[in-house]
Amino acid sequence: MYLVKVYVTYKDSVLDPQGEAVKGAVHRLGYQDVASIRIGKYFEIKVAAAAGKTETDVQQEIEAICDKLLANVNMETYRYEISWLEEVSV
Amino acid sequence: MKFAVIVFPGSNCDVDLMWAIKDIMGAEAEYVRHDADSLAGFDGVLLPGGFSYGDYLRCGAIARFSAIMSEVIRFAEEGKPVFGTCNGFQILTEAGLLPGVLQRNESLHFISKPVQLTVNNQTAFTSEYTADEVITIPVAHGEGNYYCDEETYAELAANQQIVFRYTENVNGSIHNIAGICNRAGNVLGMMPHPERAVESLLGSDDGKRFFASILKNFGKVPVNG
Repeated sequence: MYLVKVYVTYKDSVLDPQGEAVKGAVHRLGYQDVASIRIGKYFEIKVAAAAGKTETDVQQEIEAICDKLLANVNMETYRYEISWLEEVSV
Repeated sequence: MKFAVIVFPGSNCDVDLMWAIKDIMGAEAEYVRHDADSLAGFDGVLLPGGFSYGDYLRCGAIARFSAIMSEVIRFAEEGKPVFGTCNGFQILTEAGLLPGVLQRNESLHFISKPVQLTVNNQTAFTSEYTADEVITIPVAHGEGNYYCDEETYAELAANQQIVFRYTENVNGSIHNIAGICNRAGNVLGMMPHPERAVESLLGSDDGKRFFASILKNFGKVPVNG
């Protein structure tokens, strides 16, 4: 089983109003040195490792899922990490 | 002219749209569920406001994969009129039928109030208005902050696709954009609710001529009222 961690964030060119609001709160807490906060989304996806399925296949599948659903490429970008997850027998 | 009012789980302005198009304008209309797979017999599609699928992930992102949406996309490609208000606009951008995206309001507040819009009357959805007419239509949204890159904006402006602009920018939308149409001019999305401005008793009937324009330009039957 593959474990894929996907991070979806706003593009640098896009204002993140929620991140700005959180930054304002952090400043009010006294941490004036915090220069920027941007909020994103985090997904943990488990992909079954069918026979012959390579990491490249998983990459392609994840990118398709991100492009179609998880990220709106108008305003967001994404990155991901793939790792191997030993299956735990129950 | 017969309209389909699409109902997604979480739609909450479907009844308002039905009231406007059927009871006020006198057109034929029926509700069509998100899991239906045909628009046979319909001449126009109306996508209502609300919070389809709880706005999970991003507003409109999941509704866009409803069974009915592939049919709505086909319908739009045939040049038939498709209109989305509020969440309907968000769904149309997620579906790729309109460019850009709706972000969280700059203020982070949900806004619900009548706003003034300047109308571009050079479209089939707005021909009953005068040039640059200022109308009053209510908004009710938390994520109506329209964004697209400058290149897309230049295209929208050059092709007369910017149909409504806020006279005062209420949500942070680039260049005050409140509503746009596609290049072909048969798909229109807007954050304000013209269906809630069809009776002077309710504060404004400026939305009535929006529906009258659709009936006149896309319909075969005379406009009622």
